[in-house]
Amino acid sequence: MAASNVIVLGPQRHTPCVDQALACFSGVEQGPIAIVTAGWEERESEDEELDHHLGGRTLNLNLFQRTEKIFEQDTELFQALRDRHDRLRKLQELYRLRLAHALEAAREMLRLEEHDDLVEAEREDAIRAVRTLDTQHLERLREVHAEFEQRWKPAERDAVQRQVGEVRSALTDAPAVCVAGGHVIILLNRMRLFGLVELLGERPLITWSAGAMALSERVIVFHDSPPQGPGDAEVLEQGLGLLKGLVPLPHASHRLRLDDATRVSLFARRFGGDLACALDPEAWIEWNGREWKAREGTLRLMPDGELGEILPQL
Amino acid sequence: MKAIQHLEEKGLLEPDPNVDAFLADNTFPLVDGTTVTFAFRGEADAVLLRHWVFGLPEDQPFERVPFSDLWVLVLELPEGSRMEYKLEVVRGNQHRLIQDPLNPNTAADPYGANSVAHSTGYQHPDWALPNADARPGEIHEHHISSDVFSGMRSIKIYTPARFRETRRYPLLIVHDGSDFLRFTDLKTVLDNLIHRLEIPPMIVALTDSPNRLQEYADDPRHGEFIAKELVPLLEDKYPLVGSPSARALAGASFGAVASLATAWRHPGVFDNLLLMSGSFAFTDIGDHDRGPLFDPVVKFVNEFRQEPAKAARRFYMSCGTYESLIYYNRSLVPLLQQSGIDVRYTEARDGHNWENWRDRLREGLAWLYPGPLWMVYE
Repeated sequence: MAASNVIVLGPQRHTPCVDQALACFSGVEQGPIAIVTAGWEERESEDEELDHHLGGRTLNLNLFQRTEKIFEQDTELFQALRDRHDRLRKLQELYRLRLAHALEAAREMLRLEEHDDLVEAEREDAIRAVRTLDTQHLERLREVHAEFEQRWKPAERDAVQRQVGEVRSALTDAPAVCVAGGHVIILLNRMRLFGLVELLGERPLITWSAGAMALSERVIVFHDSPPQGPGDAEVLEQGLGLLKGLVPLPHASHRLRLDDATRVSLFARRFGGDLACALDPEAWIEWNGREWKAREGTLRLMPDGELGEILPQL
Repeated sequence: MKAIQHLEEKGLLEPDPNVDAFLADNTFPLVDGTTVTFAFRGEADAVLLRHWVFGLPEDQPFERVPFSDLWVLVLELPEGSRMEYKLEVVRGNQHRLIQDPLNPNTAADPYGANSVAHSTGYQHPDWALPNADARPGEIHEHHISSDVFSGMRSIKIYTPARFRETRRYPLLIVHDGSDFLRFTDLKTVLDNLIHRLEIPPMIVALTDSPNRLQEYADDPRHGEFIAKELVPLLEDKYPLVGSPSARALAGASFGAVASLATAWRHPGVFDNLLLMSGSFAFTDIGDHDRGPLFDPVVKFVNEFRQEPAKAARRFYMSCGTYESLIYYNRSLVPLLQQSGIDVRYTEARDGHNWENWRDRLREGLAWLYPGPLWMVYE
């Protein structure tokens, strides 16, 4: 699917605008709006509010429940996925160990008040070291997934094919799809298992929160002030790659210390040329096939440590 | 006349006070920044504040306001302090130890309850209060047969809300589990922190000992029971992750010693330890002065200090700065860090008591087992 008709929104729980986003697309007036709420896990089917916002015409694809059925029917695949999970977790722990040191070095460089060429060169290299680490980690994650796909070929397994077939049929009449937030890894894994990106075809897509993260190229998890102490943003997974060049940051003003210029600058510079977009309530950003355009007030993290408007605007 | 002078200067107490009005106009202890005023009304020869704040003289005498039955005491408590105390009322040969009649705020422990005072900056954590939105987990009691102890042991098991057999959960084993439930509101805390996504849904085994001062003091049978009997049994019965990184031991005071000793005696079984106000007495030279109960503890901690990394990979440690144990806990931290152990250490202006341990649970549990807050973006 070419991502030429995608709208990414801020969190929808308290200030929903998903209905407005849907109204921006043409040809979506008829048929059910397919929704993916697998990130809500056991609460997947508690979608009354979302259904209400979308005019009572939603069709939940039930990817979470369907996956549970697959696990019941194909215990070999279930065990293989658990083993992969263990391997990924171990990989993440090792990456985290290295990341803490690399980030601290970068922060120390950014805290230096000098701006001469010697300091700037070291500063840039310290950030590059973090980027390199992120890239290496992402590559290792890819290897784990490729190995898994090659060995277990989940798409060819009966239990998966049955469920995928049902989802494909359910999507036949759906002119658009909404992917909500929730647990980003659970959501990502379900969408990956179902090959959802392929199933979507050219349908308009509206997504927010964890949905946007899972659909981006790399899943970056973040929280500057969790209860256990300051956290470091981590590359957690390769995403489904539909949202090119976007690092979605849901609830950014709550989860990130956006008044800390050092942290903001490091975040923006670490993720290089990508658009680190603060997806706070009422944020709205669209892909027009060539570039991202945002509504006024939708902000990005800037390399200078400030927040800036995303240009061009809608 | 320090206390009375202070109250007069503040305009709280007239030179010839109307005691009824003074007591009615104020709530006690009277907290003004870091100055805390205690009051007692009644006939007595002396009134003393009995507390367990290491560093302060043990008996803090109240002053009698002249020509009245009002007694007052002013203490400076640094910001964020919390202090448990009782009043000792002396009359003739009689010494009565009572809760402060003017202070409704009390904290329970296995021996009863104490009055509680705090300076500004201390807040009862909201995550330790019941929250109707937080789905409750369940607690079931089991009786298991122990070969090591040649008898039955009772264990309470907490399973989280929305428990599912198809999931795998991390395991936390809590020493003095029943006391943690009663005096730290542990179940409420677990329900709330899981609801807030700050810790993952987990299975918690709450153990008790009929003879904790012996069994928790590095009794090899205890470690054997936990590591060789309890853990395999739980991993057989519950959907647990079953790896060292998803196993944790927790305890306070002697319970912390039991946790550390169990992990140290069974290396590679537990990666995570939550140790609050550990009774980690040790000696660098000579004998200790903490009585015979501590003999096995000191012997163990001295041995542990020779090879700390054997115990676990990650430690959360906390201690109150008003505890005599602060010296031992503080001193262990650099040693652990030098040994390559990942340590989070927190001090609080509090004493050796259950509410101090309650107040550290959020940080400690989230440090050992970070919740899906990191993963959930609604």
